[in-house]
Amino acid sequence: MPNSDPHLARERDAVSLFGEPEGGAGVAIRATLKRDLVLLMRRRSEVLNPLVFFALVITLFPIGISPDPELLATIAPGLLWVAALLAALLSLDSLFRSDYEDGSLEQLLLSPHPLPALALAKVAVHWLLTGLPLALMAPVLGIMLALPAGSYAVLALSLALGSASLSLIGAIGAALTVGLSRGGVLLSLLVLPLYIPVLIFGAGAVQAAIFGEGVAAHLAILGALLAVALILAPWAIAASLRISING
Amino acid sequence: MWAFIHKLGSPKWFYGISARLSPWFWAAAALLIVIGSVWGLAFAPADYQQGNSFRIIYVHVPAAFLAQSIFVSMAIAGFVFMVWKIKVADMAAAMMAPLGAAMTFVALFSGAVWGVPTWGTWWMWDARLTSMLILLFLYFGVIALRGAFSSRDSASRAASVLAMVGVINIPIIKYSVDWWYTLHQPATFSVTSRPAMPMEMWAPLLIMVLGFYSFFIAVTLMRTRSEILRREANKRWVRELAGEVS
Repeated sequence: MPNSDPHLARERDAVSLFGEPEGGAGVAIRATLKRDLVLLMRRRSEVLNPLVFFALVITLFPIGISPDPELLATIAPGLLWVAALLAALLSLDSLFRSDYEDGSLEQLLLSPHPLPALALAKVAVHWLLTGLPLALMAPVLGIMLALPAGSYAVLALSLALGSASLSLIGAIGAALTVGLSRGGVLLSLLVLPLYIPVLIFGAGAVQAAIFGEGVAAHLAILGALLAVALILAPWAIAASLRISING
Repeated sequence: MWAFIHKLGSPKWFYGISARLSPWFWAAAALLIVIGSVWGLAFAPADYQQGNSFRIIYVHVPAAFLAQSIFVSMAIAGFVFMVWKIKVADMAAAMMAPLGAAMTFVALFSGAVWGVPTWGTWWMWDARLTSMLILLFLYFGVIALRGAFSSRDSASRAASVLAMVGVINIPIIKYSVDWWYTLHQPATFSVTSRPAMPMEMWAPLLIMVLGFYSFFIAVTLMRTRSEILRREANKRWVRELAGEVS
């Protein structure tokens, strides 16, 4: 019986006092997108660090294994994908961290708008400033690893598609560990096993492009993984945020 | 129906009913595992290709079955806990996780031992071993996440969410790893076609699988009972049980 609930009645009074937030959920999502973009653009190092990390890790492999271009070319698709995946993982910890520390995450939870949609907006910004730059940077590093010609576009495309799934899945882990003081290592333990299907089909797409096979199937499966993640992950992220805030 | 579920949710009621049920599961587990091992290890015919080394299957396959089933049961228990706030479900999920990780390890270890005579190596990046290894990491994640929270309620809910996320991912991981690599023998039990194994080899395996499942239920009941006592230590009925209150 909602009418008899005094708490709800109070909330309704409060809403009528301050007026219904104008525009509803659409405005809230746009505001979240804008706020996160502005915040990240003002902390450029947070955007640049994963990219530098990506380049550094790729530099380590020829030094650690061999500078032989033939050998590097055979392992390049896997190396690029694994390094990009680790770089994306590295950036996850800060996804909700500063919002948690300054209390704005709590405000996000208190807002009358659907939390999954707001969480999705935050993840979209994270992908835009982490996954997409990584995907655009990967071909350059591909040249350095003697990646065979003809696979560069597929590399960038598979990383752009795949990293969106990685951001969504990773955000679940980030939301679960945001309340913990030392969540970093735990976060990778939670998230890395879930990354494996994306890695398989992402690196597989690049391999297929090198061998001249059709890449449409791989990219289609990456798209399917993204579709499933888009449907399910926002709810899991929202539930995890509630647990982290209330616990 | 609802009254029954509410009764099931009461730790005190569960403590009573599990006390009556668990001896049966212990007896069934002991009986089935003894029969299955003796039959499988001593009386089942040797495989025409692999000789006697195939007998590892009588430990490997039941452990692998249990490893997967326990994760699914853990996720179901997590779902029940999240939706109906039944605390016993969460206690059971918490108690299942280490057993599931142990069974995954047993399956991996027996698979590695089996690899020596069949492949000539301890480890092969074969589809099933790889997905088992990933499953082990998923178990570690759930156990570690539960341990990381200082508040028990948050720990329970976080572990439940992660178990549910994991269970959605298990089939995706399994199929992508299968696609990635297929080298292993075809699936041992198939639902649609008759098993390729002869009856004399297959029957003890079935008995072992049933025995392992009884063992899992018995262990879970026992551990959940002690967890109930631990978490409800301040409740009157537990103190009466311990003789602290008359």
